[in-house]
Amino acid sequence: MNLGNYKTSPQIYDELLTRKNRARPGLGDLSKFLKKSSLKDLNTRRHDAELAIRTMGITFTIYNEGENIDREWPFDIIPRTIMRREWQRIEVGLKQRLTALNHFISDIYNDEKILKDKVIPREILASSRDFHKECVGVKPKFGVWAHICGSDLIRDTDGSIFVLEDNLRVPSGVSYMLENRNISKRVLPELFKDYNILPMDDYPTHLFDTLSSISPRPKDFPEVVVLTPGIYNSAYFEHSFLAQSMGAELVEGSDLLVGDDDCAYMKTVEGLSRVDVIYRRIDDQFLDPDVFKAESTLGVRGLIRAWKKGNVALANAPGAGVADDKVIYTYVPDMIRYYLSEEPVLRNVPSYMCSDKTQLQHVLQNIEKLVVKPANESGGYGMYIGPGESKSHTAKMKRLIKANPRNYIAQPIVNLSTVPTLCESSIEPRHVDLRPFILQSDRSFVTAGGLTRVALVKGSLVVNSSQGGGSKDTWIIEETGRSG
Amino acid sequence: MLSRVAERMYWFGRYLERVENTARLISVNTNLMLDLPKVKFIWGSLISITGYEKQFAKRFSIKDERNVIKFLLEDESCSIRKSVTMARENARTSREVMPNEAWEKINQLYLYLDKNIDNGIRRGGRHNFLSDVMRQSHELTGYLAGSMSRNTAYNFIKIGRNLERADMTTRILDVGCLNLLNQDHPEIAEYDNILWMNVLKSLTAYQMYRQHVQDRVNGEDVVNFMVKDQKFPRAVAHCLGEVHLCFEGLPKSDLPIRSVAHTLRLISNNDLIALLNDSILHTFIDEMQLDLNEIHQQVSTTWFSHDSSTSG
Repeated sequence: MNLGNYKTSPQIYDELLTRKNRARPGLGDLSKFLKKSSLKDLNTRRHDAELAIRTMGITFTIYNEGENIDREWPFDIIPRTIMRREWQRIEVGLKQRLTALNHFISDIYNDEKILKDKVIPREILASSRDFHKECVGVKPKFGVWAHICGSDLIRDTDGSIFVLEDNLRVPSGVSYMLENRNISKRVLPELFKDYNILPMDDYPTHLFDTLSSISPRPKDFPEVVVLTPGIYNSAYFEHSFLAQSMGAELVEGSDLLVGDDDCAYMKTVEGLSRVDVIYRRIDDQFLDPDVFKAESTLGVRGLIRAWKKGNVALANAPGAGVADDKVIYTYVPDMIRYYLSEEPVLRNVPSYMCSDKTQLQHVLQNIEKLVVKPANESGGYGMYIGPGESKSHTAKMKRLIKANPRNYIAQPIVNLSTVPTLCESSIEPRHVDLRPFILQSDRSFVTAGGLTRVALVKGSLVVNSSQGGGSKDTWIIEETGRSG
Repeated sequence: MLSRVAERMYWFGRYLERVENTARLISVNTNLMLDLPKVKFIWGSLISITGYEKQFAKRFSIKDERNVIKFLLEDESCSIRKSVTMARENARTSREVMPNEAWEKINQLYLYLDKNIDNGIRRGGRHNFLSDVMRQSHELTGYLAGSMSRNTAYNFIKIGRNLERADMTTRILDVGCLNLLNQDHPEIAEYDNILWMNVLKSLTAYQMYRQHVQDRVNGEDVVNFMVKDQKFPRAVAHCLGEVHLCFEGLPKSDLPIRSVAHTLRLISNNDLIALLNDSILHTFIDEMQLDLNEIHQQVSTTWFSHDSSTSG
């Protein structure tokens, strides 16, 4: 097999090859490796990877017609690469973004400076699904609300990186990022010899450090737990993976209770045992039936009370999701300038806000050339991609937007970059995005790379695993210096 | 260890044991019926053993072979299918504490049942089907014994298994006695010996009993052996001894230990032969069953449930 038939397109940036089908600087060995490997050899490696996934039990759950199906994790063996020099800039940009976002969340629940200074209109906030008045006045440790963030990055035709969204509620995928690395070490060991690839398996340690740093009782061994909605959640594998790799208990809502002393406890065979930090993997809405959805059985009665008293730390803090809203997203560059007096290192994808009359007109007139997203969905649900949608669907979308303009934003189509991907009988370009994970407390940390998601269907731009996407290992490659 | 996980381990142990017990019960009685084709009411007594007569009556009117077998294999209340499903569900939601292969094995058993349960209903396929089920559950028990640390999780599996065993033994003895004393069926007296043998076989106790008791098979010795023997794994006293040992390895175990000791005293203080001859053994067995239930309650309140008051 060789990359001879591999076609890069002038409108699309390929991560491995230039438009002239030459390897990008630093990636010669990888492209050579792909050129000289036969299809049979690559298929053997793919087979090994699938076997590893099966025996390691890496699964994710999808919902289909009311049934839960455990699927094996879809993985493509050809890695996605980024050179370290570029990554360092991205890292700075990601930390900058999350710092600004945390300032913002803190501000709107306390002083409201940014609203008073009219940088962000008050109405936008009032209609945000995850703005909780219960959180007003709360001051979490270090002023940090979003301790764990997964930001989605994409690369446009000219190679520039954009931030597509910031996931501040309960971002998932990090366990797959780590497992992908384990698999590719097994199936492509030779390449790890040729390249200096930044390791990433220290993530659970950093996560644990971040979580213990926000403990209300500073001591040597704060009790950190991972709160999962349970086995039927699509990310249960990840919850259990993270709990195990941090040495934390994996708990469900019914394992916890809040006592008359406003402290959180877990129910163990030894009796009640105080919990300091809860890494919660359930949405705000289900956290505490006293405050949010009363019928929720996933949460813990009184948890918000305990949190507000400062007796237990929640990561991410309730209400942090307010900044995970596609309309708020459009203001992130302004936040960076406002709070940090810096220019944003990473750019936003230009967005049209349907809540604005002029922009709404533009969106409705050009809808067939745009991507329209509901402000409050994740996982690619409810997304409309102009080209290729049917007339009736387009008409329906227009009606939805007109009925509730605040709930939609629109963006020009970004031609996500491609990475060579092992398909049925050849290597073909497939579109990818990248979700790095950023941790923040009194310190910040960015994963070396992230989870690369790939749209396995030819030409498709939808990378979500719930909708037919796969994943790749992501290599941040240290430049060795060509000269010596 | 989280109480929820401990509770799941406990029920995993109970259900897994129930799978094996139910399979053996059906298997032994199918054999017995080949010897005693005229004694029809034996099928009904299997339902009495389970204690689910009301549920049975909801679905079926006649306690014949087919209905009883169907009920014991696949009904929602206490069938093999139900027990396997519950054991699997408890294992599935606490995979962190068990070896991976254990999960695979219980899953295999579940899939096997799904595919082959019809064979168990027909007399022709029943023997093979039931021995496969028993073999697979033995494999799983053996696997856990050989690969799990004797930690809290293992303790709870073992407590569940032994309480379930003790419970089954008392039920089988109870129904055995009732059958033999059944005034409506005087013809049964001539099968006295065979029926007591059947009780032993239902509890895999026949060979060990023969080694232990030199006399011919008779009610007095069978009851004594199955209740009081310290060494036979299905004898009530032995099961409770095991439970006692597990309790000692757990925190806060004063009350559970006290209740198990109480039952053991009850067993050793009573002259079972006298009770049997006075036809009041049934009352004694009732008392034992209440005690077993009390032990279960103690386990549950001590380790599984927490009221919302905090002790500090």
